[in-house]
Amino acid sequence: MIEIRNVSLNYDSLSVLRDVSLTLSEKRIAIVGSNGSGKSSFARLLNGLQLPTEGTVVVDGFDTKKDGKQIRKRVGFVFQNPDNQIVFPVVDEDLAFGLKNLKLPPEVIEQKVTEALSRYDLLAFRKHASHHLSGGQKQLIAISGVLAMEPRYVVLDEPTTLLDLRNKRRIAEVIDSLEQTAIVVSHDLDFLRNFDRVIVFEDCRVVIDDTPSTALARYVERLS
Amino acid sequence: MSLGNYVHRESPIHRMPAGSKVLILVIGGTALFLVPDLLIMITILAATIVLYRVARIPMGIMVAQVRPIVWIFVLIFVFQLFTRDVAFAGMVVSRFVALLLLASLVTLTTPASEMIDAIERRIGWMRVIGVNPAKISLGLSLALRFIPVVAKITSEVREAQRARGLEWSVIAVALPVIIRTLKMADDVANAIDARGYDP
Repeated sequence: MIEIRNVSLNYDSLSVLRDVSLTLSEKRIAIVGSNGSGKSSFARLLNGLQLPTEGTVVVDGFDTKKDGKQIRKRVGFVFQNPDNQIVFPVVDEDLAFGLKNLKLPPEVIEQKVTEALSRYDLLAFRKHASHHLSGGQKQLIAISGVLAMEPRYVVLDEPTTLLDLRNKRRIAEVIDSLEQTAIVVSHDLDFLRNFDRVIVFEDCRVVIDDTPSTALARYVERLS
Repeated sequence: MSLGNYVHRESPIHRMPAGSKVLILVIGGTALFLVPDLLIMITILAATIVLYRVARIPMGIMVAQVRPIVWIFVLIFVFQLFTRDVAFAGMVVSRFVALLLLASLVTLTTPASEMIDAIERRIGWMRVIGVNPAKISLGLSLALRFIPVVAKITSEVREAQRARGLEWSVIAVALPVIIRTLKMADDVANAIDARGYDP
């Protein structure tokens, strides 16, 4: 369970989040909102990429301010642009990166990389240069790199934004099939309709927190 | 020597440790300059080509290693032809081609990660002067990974500026490239952090 208690986030004098309190326990949680509403900053709080200016973020009892290592093990983060997330030139080297950071033995790393690539039929790309892959393949590699670390929670920040329709569907299926709790920031409302909960951010605050059918209808109404 | 050219194959050369390959390259490359005879040099060049066969690297890839700088070899050959003779010019060019092919063979058969691990081990002593070898090796990996990405950004920016007639304006191309690259560097640093990097 992730608990966000009275969290505010400021960049110098700019307020990004104001007094947000939430408990995240559902399996599929969507975060929506306009650009600049604070949703991506909120997502970054969940694995300690951002630390709150006020309040606390607690994941399974670990505070993001104090227990950075434990938080990274528990919460994986998938970025919008996989080009910025894949940090090694060859696919399997990139998948091994997070596992090496967990200080796992080489044979275990090898096995987990194979499992992660097999999960999405990516074994053929194992020795491929990352920059030669398509956008959809890169996003799958980025997700595989995070899943290989076996986090309990996966935060995905606009994972389908840069993809074409076919790859959007593929990534949506992948997210749908995750065993982990997935917290997804997205503008793609259709993709969120089967989620358990939708949280809408506006002006640095949570303004709607409900089931998808109710929350998305109210969100669309507010936009119009 | 580019570290990003790895071609995956099952071969004895691929299986050799990266450090040994680099050591053999250094010794072999130096020895090439001690060979005084064209015939021996051509034999070495032929042996190098055989090594490509052993490594199961396609001939097209081998030729591609030489093609971009073939004009330099032509210039060297012509220069040596005028200052010495055909045999000497042939020997000098064969020597450079063999050296280039040997260096390329190392990078074509060694994954960047192995090469970087080998470098990290070799510079382990630098810890005593406060340098962290793990950070240097990650920096090398990132450089390799992001060369094509920065090239792609540059190409996109040039295309956008071409539409405005500013293709050849250094500032109009360089500034957006620098800004996008810095933004990307921020995101990459976050991505590394998010995956628990702790050197």
